Amino acid sequence: MTIDHRTLLASRRGVLAGSAAGVAVHSASPAFAASSSQKADADPTAKVSLKVNGTDHALDVDTRTTLLDLLREHLKLAGTKKGCDHGQCGACTVMVNGERINSCLSFAVMHEGDEVTTIEGLGTPDDLHPLQDAFIEHDGYQCGYCTPGQICSAVAMLQEIRSGIPSHVQDDITEDPSVTELEMRERMSGNICRCGAYSNIAEALAEFAGETA
Amino acid sequence: MRPFTYERAGSPAEAAAAAIRMQGARFIAGGTNLIDLMKIEVETPAHLIDVNGLGLDSIEGTQDGGLRIGALVSNADLSADKRVRRDYGVLTRAIVAGASGQLRNKATTGGNLLQRTRCPYFYDTNQPCNKRKPGSGCGAIGGFSRQLGIVGVSDKCIATYPGDMAVALRVLDAKVETVKPDGTTRTIPIGEFHRLWGDTPHIETALETGELITAVILPPPLGGRHFYHKVRDRRSYAFALVSIAAVIQQDGSGRVAVGGIAPKPWRVPAADAALPDAAAAARALTAGATPTEDNRFKIALVERTLAGVLAEARGEGATS
Repeated sequence: MTIDHRTLLASRRGVLAGSAAGVAVHSASPAFAASSSQKADADPTAKVSLKVNGTDHALDVDTRTTLLDLLREHLKLAGTKKGCDHGQCGACTVMVNGERINSCLSFAVMHEGDEVTTIEGLGTPDDLHPLQDAFIEHDGYQCGYCTPGQICSAVAMLQEIRSGIPSHVQDDITEDPSVTELEMRERMSGNICRCGAYSNIAEALAEFAGETA
Repeated sequence: MRPFTYERAGSPAEAAAAAIRMQGARFIAGGTNLIDLMKIEVETPAHLIDVNGLGLDSIEGTQDGGLRIGALVSNADLSADKRVRRDYGVLTRAIVAGASGQLRNKATTGGNLLQRTRCPYFYDTNQPCNKRKPGSGCGAIGGFSRQLGIVGVSDKCIATYPGDMAVALRVLDAKVETVKPDGTTRTIPIGEFHRLWGDTPHIETALETGELITAVILPPPLGGRHFYHKVRDRRSYAFALVSIAAVIQQDGSGRVAVGGIAPKPWRVPAADAALPDAAAAARALTAGATPTEDNRFKIALVERTLAGVLAEARGEGATS
């Protein structure tokens, strides 16, 4: 049953793993101009070099390009989703240098030298990340649109707990936090699921966190 | 979004100098508020100066036993610092009560002080707003104002300062260290950093054009028990209706600051003096209040939230 479900998911939506193909590599000069350039009749652009899922990219982009749009429109990594585009929903969550951020609220040109991990870097359709497996096992989605952001967020969130970042629900903030359902729920509040699959997401997280604790 | 040119600054003084050299320039650090506002063209900078490379990202002890927090220290890192958690618990409590994990990883100490109001009429460019467009009027007065201010507001603007961190900094008597475009530095007491709106709600802080925040200085630890109780429409990831930052000593004396009710973190000497009498302190904090029908409840909510803090300080009731 799990396999059928997984096949269905991968073929119908491909949401959990995103597109593994379609990585456009722009091999421009690695030299970086610290200032943006502006021709008289063109909108300003700037160069940025960064690593996405282990692959180096050097691009020259309109300065207005968010990291989210760079991933989706320039690198064709459409696993990362655009929900609200205002940092309220968390669908665009990716990891930058291991920390989760809203990629919609960050300009691409500000990521010089950064290492970005998207859902495509966590798992592939043939080799799912254990948390993707847990989401399937516990039905942690309906439409699946928020799922890549949920998974990227959760992987980094567990690392935050382990590295001692405190949270609002700790009774004693001088203590190191622990991986509890209450902690995980509070720390995932930046990821909205419009379908309301929260209880199943929480179960998937509990299973994954238990395995990796 | 309007087009803009972009540069990375190499030093604080260089960044401040660049800010007055380029017309319409703005600093950008975490960008979580500025980029949001640029997308809806409430903010329209022609030039962005990226200050992330300035090295202002460490927390160091000061000679008098306080802490100097670099302006670029992220909210997450500041909340997690062992010294902050031990000696300035109200600050960690306030930070983790705000925003989301993703946002706290990007938001910076300096940028968070400059977070702009969340008044819906400020965000909606089809509405009048004296803060966004001076002289255009205020849509919030007579409009939807549940979230908005009850004290320190004016007949031009009833917006609130929305953040949590600064409310804790206010109760701790922090200072804001800056550098100006001419290279001179100064420290601004947190109580003087945010301005009341008066007739100029578009002028929000004491910063001059091109002045860059370089650090926030915490005085030596106050001791006592630290509290940050935040009341909001959702239990996580929502702005405060009312929040109370307090440091309460064993004898019941202490300090209290309130968020969510005014253009700045609200602290009144008479309220500190009235502690531990919650009702008297709350009366002092809301004296002269000019609420709307939508937000009149905040007067009672200040007293009840403060009473909850003081009960917890006495060892009664649950934690927030």
